[in-house]
Formats: sequence, structure tokens, C-alpha cells
Amino acid sequence: MNRFTGFVKKEFLHIIRDKRTMLILFGIPIVQILLFGYVLTNEIKDANIAILDHSKDETTARITNKLLSSGYFRLQSTIESEQEIEDLLRSGKARLVIIFESNFKKSMIRDGTARMQIIADASDPNTANMLVSYANAIVADFSRGLMVGQALPIKVDQQVRMLYNEELKGVFMFVPGTMALILMLLSAMMTSISIAREKEQGTMEILLVSPLRPVQIVLGKVTPYIGMAFINALVIIALGVLVFGMPVRGSLILLMAESFLFICMALSLGIFISTMANSQQVAMFISVFALLLPTMLLSGFIFPVENMHWILQGISHIIPAKYYIIIVKNIMIKGAGFLFVWKETLVLVGMMALLLLASVKKFKTRLE
Amino acid sequence: MEIVIDTVSKAYGNTQALDEVSMSVSRGELFGLIGPDGAGKTTLMRILTSLLLPDKGRAELAGLDSRKDFKALRNILGYMPGRFSLYQDLSVEENLTFFASIFGEKFDPDFYLIRDIYAQLAPFKKRLAGRLSGGMKQKLALCCALIHKPRILILDEPTTGVDAVSRKEFWDMLSQLRQEQITTLVSTPYMDEAVRCDRVALIQAGKIMDINTPAGVVDSFKPELYSIATPHIYQTLLALKEYNDTYSVYPFGQVIHFIPTDASVSPHKVQDYLTKKGIEAVSITPALPNIEDCFMELMQDEHTNG
Repeated sequence: MNRFTGFVKKEFLHIIRDKRTMLILFGIPIVQILLFGYVLTNEIKDANIAILDHSKDETTARITNKLLSSGYFRLQSTIESEQEIEDLLRSGKARLVIIFESNFKKSMIRDGTARMQIIADASDPNTANMLVSYANAIVADFSRGLMVGQALPIKVDQQVRMLYNEELKGVFMFVPGTMALILMLLSAMMTSISIAREKEQGTMEILLVSPLRPVQIVLGKVTPYIGMAFINALVIIALGVLVFGMPVRGSLILLMAESFLFICMALSLGIFISTMANSQQVAMFISVFALLLPTMLLSGFIFPVENMHWILQGISHIIPAKYYIIIVKNIMIKGAGFLFVWKETLVLVGMMALLLLASVKKFKTRLE
Repeated sequence: MEIVIDTVSKAYGNTQALDEVSMSVSRGELFGLIGPDGAGKTTLMRILTSLLLPDKGRAELAGLDSRKDFKALRNILGYMPGRFSLYQDLSVEENLTFFASIFGEKFDPDFYLIRDIYAQLAPFKKRLAGRLSGGMKQKLALCCALIHKPRILILDEPTTGVDAVSRKEFWDMLSQLRQEQITTLVSTPYMDEAVRCDRVALIQAGKIMDINTPAGVVDSFKPELYSIATPHIYQTLLALKEYNDTYSVYPFGQVIHFIPTDASVSPHKVQDYLTKKGIEAVSITPALPNIEDCFMELMQDEHTNG
């Protein structure tokens, strides 16, 4: 039997025999993508609001209907006086109170403007911001509708459009991020652990005292994981599309090719880690702390890179997941072709080459 | 000479693991490396297998330098590390197939070198290696080390932690390999196994104490040796350790072996001393030394001189 295929076959047997490995390989990705998709989305649905309508005319009724039919808001109560506002917000029964001034419709016809006020519970500022901007957008949309067909002078009208993700769906953010996180962790962690295990159990000693070259040992270890991680990438994309309605607007082949590149990059990182770690525990420790946290926090997965301190922004440039997330978003959501992602692709290729070179240099053909 | 070791030294920090070790082994020889734990046996074997580089000196196996020609060397070596180092989650058959494949071979149960050993393993071929008994594990490891027909076989304590019957069987297998012109270097902490070798080297604290045939080792034993039989082994040992005329005393199976400082010390004198110490029912008889006595004596020498 060919040396290389013999090695790969052995490695597959290791993976299949170890239930824990199988669970990590296939259980965790599915659980994670579902968790992130359902729980960690930052979109808000059915926020409770209260309405204080001093006018109670046709226009305020139409605005209220438009707000409540948007899906973002649910009417908690209609109130009659300003005194009730404080109580509602403080108790948390409502997160937003909308007040229409009296004679709303009349002043709109007479002066061209009418006033309404939005009071938000800003103890959670992100949510408050988002709710206010939802409400603003809905009201702005309504007033644009009023102007149509009227002989009024055309005003400059602020028009914000959320391109590509017009409904601001959180899943669109999380699917590429989760993909990056899972592929990164699995590939890097599993390879570094499996190489460290050979050292820990003493089998590396026999492998070294054999005609196998270091490249053969490393490639033999990594090959099965390329396959496994690739299957994972497919599963995650399938879940994103089927469960969360994520689009794949660009080429699926390009997306898979880029995922393949990212997997190979992560595996090189795993090999590099294993040249430093002599035990499975150390390998695990390095993988989790050097990969999990930076990938989650600094890749733009959860927090936008643009809002970070400049030092952290600098660090984010060496986080491979950042480039992969950009690539995946461009392909899946914007439908971009290779011309729009070649720079990021090049960065990943460069990182992989560098890591492989460093690993081959560091790989010991002896015990010390 | 198939293996030549020339003034090899190796230190780990302040610990001198090997101190100018020199020896040579001829083709087809079954050579034993005998010594207590921490004597430097494993270090020497790792240098020979090119896993470690010596600080000083050089080693040559089959004409290949362990430093320069390590790639070629790794093609002709069969190596069994001290710890059981096969894949415990693979079956007997899978381990053999894998180790055959990394040498570019196919696993063949009828291959003449492993045929007899594998015959014992065959009933368990589907069993995971981790679930084998200690003796079976070592037989499997030997099979894996032989599967590519190595020219030189290096076995690091293959019988440690193995029951007496399996130990004997293992040495029988090694004796058979001698007929195949495979040079075998085997280390062991068990001195009684030394008689199974063509030649042995006694190693202690990184130094070679003696290299000889087992018979030669016994012949070179000079001092008087007495066997002391008593129900009070522990008290007798303690008493004799304090005795002025004791050169060396150690438990030996069910009896105590005693070497006086010189031949003029008669058994009666020792008996009187023990009686004074309150130890009765002692019988002292002259004994013929076996190889363990020789090693004990050589190690004692090192202690008194060092």
C-alpha cells in the first residue's frame, strides 16, 4: 500500500473510533449555527410600545397602524396622560412610547409639519437606538407617501436604504461569522490535538524512526480533516439557506473554493500550533485562547471592526477569519465575483504559505 | 562491526546521562544492555535510532552515521520504544497494516520473520491494541518492528511490566531472530535476562561497567559468595549491613547473598555475629555466583570507588 494512503486510512480510523471527535466534528457545528441563528440575532421583534394620542384623528391612526403592522412593534397599551409614561417605561412594560401632539392632522395640512415624540427606554442603548431608528424609518416612509401627488415644493428628503439586507436580518451577519468560527476552530484545533496526541502517546517516536518524511506525516494527518471540514462547510451553508433563508447570490463554486482555501489555512495554523505543543491539553489551550476569542471578537463577526480602538483594529488585520467573513458576505449576500474578493483571497493564501513554511522549518525530525 | 559507538556523551542540563560510552556489536549478535532505571539505556538507544544527537562522540549503524545519514538509517531500523507506542484505538491487524504501509510494504501474516509471532496474535487480530494483555502488546509491538525486515532491531525494555511466562516467550522469539542475521540490541532492567544474550554490557550512571559474554561475566566473579537462609530475612539484612566485614549483602530470591570483605572471613564468624545480634536459625553455605551476583558486585564496586 502507498505510504500516504496508508497514513490517511489510519487517521480516518482514529476519527471514526473516537466518539468525542465525531461529536465535536459534526454535533457542535450544527448546534452552534442554530444557536447563533436563533438566539444571538440582534434584530428585535415585537417590542412593546405604548401610544399617547392627543389628537386621535385619521392620520395618527394610520401612522399607528403602520407602526404596529411592521412586525417590530406590538401595542402594549394606549394611554391618556403624560403621567403614565414614566411608570410604563420604568416597569419595563413598554420600551418605547410614541406621543402625537393634539390636532396632528390639522397642523399637518395647515403648516406642512406636525410633531410627534418618541421616548425610548435607553437603559439598553443598542436596543433603544434600533427601535428609534425603526420607528423613524416607518414614519418617514409614511410622510413620503403623503407627499405623492401633492403640489408641494419637493423637499430634500433623507433617504436611508439598508442595501443588501433591507430587513436588517441578523442571520445574514451570523451565518458567515459562524462559518468562519467553526471552520477555524475545528480545523486548527483537531489537527493540532491529533498531532500532539502522537507525541503524547509516544507513537511519534516510531513515526520518526521510519522512512516517513515530515511532510508525509503532516499531510497524512491533515488530509482527513480537510474532508471533514469541507463537509461541515456544506452543512452550515445548507442550514443557513434552508433554515434561515440566507441567500447565495454569488457562485456556489467560488464560495466552496474560498471555504476550501480557508480550511487549508486553518489547518496550517493547526500544524503550526502542534509544532509548539507537546500535549493535547496545551494544543487545546492554545487553540481556544489564541483562536476562539480573537476570531469571535476581532474578526467583525460580532462587533464591527470600524468601531474598534486603533490597536485592536491593527490586530484584526492578522485575524484570518476577518478576511474569510468579508469574502463570504460578498459572495453570499452581494453576489460578488472573484474580482471583488481577490485581495482577501490573496491575504489568506499568503497567511497559509507563511504558516506552512514556518511549520516545516519548526517540525522536528528528532526528539529535541 | 554492525553497530559502533564511539565515546558518546549526552547531558540533560546538569545530569550526565551518558559519559563517554564506547562499544560495538557485530552483525547478527543479540546484545543486551543491562542496567537499573536511569542508567542511560533509553538515551543511548535514542541516539542510535537518530532520535537524539549526542553532545560528543558518534554512533555508526551498518556503516551509516546516526547524525549525517539519519534518513537512510531510518529505513533499516526496527525500533520498539520503552513505552507501549502503538495505536491503542486500532486493532491488531490495523496496526500491522499501518506499520507495513509506512515502510511501503503490505502486511502479510505469512512473512517469515513474523509468522511465528503472529500465529499467537492471530486469534485476537480484530481486538483493539489497547485491550491486549501486556505480553500480547509486546508481541504485537515486536511484530510491527519486524514487519519491514529491519537489518538492526533496537528494543527498549521490551519485557518491563510483562509476566514471567511472556518474558520467556519473548526471549525465545529474540533467540530465533538471531538465525535471520538481524542484529538486535535489547535493554532490560532484569539481570536474569542477561544469560539469554550473546554478549551483555552493564551500564550504570551513564558509564559502561563491563562488556562480556554472560559466561565471561560469571567467570570474572572473584570474591567468596555465601548464601544465607533464614526466616528473619529483614533483620538479618539490617544486621549484616552494619557488620564490619560485609563487602556486600542483598536479598536474592528466598535467601540472602553475602560477600565478605576478604576470603578470611569464615561462615562461623558471621554466624557468631548474627547470634550476638539475637538472630537464630541461620544457615550459611557457600554459593556459586550467577550473573545477577556479578552485576550486584560490579555496581557495588562503582559505589565504593565513586
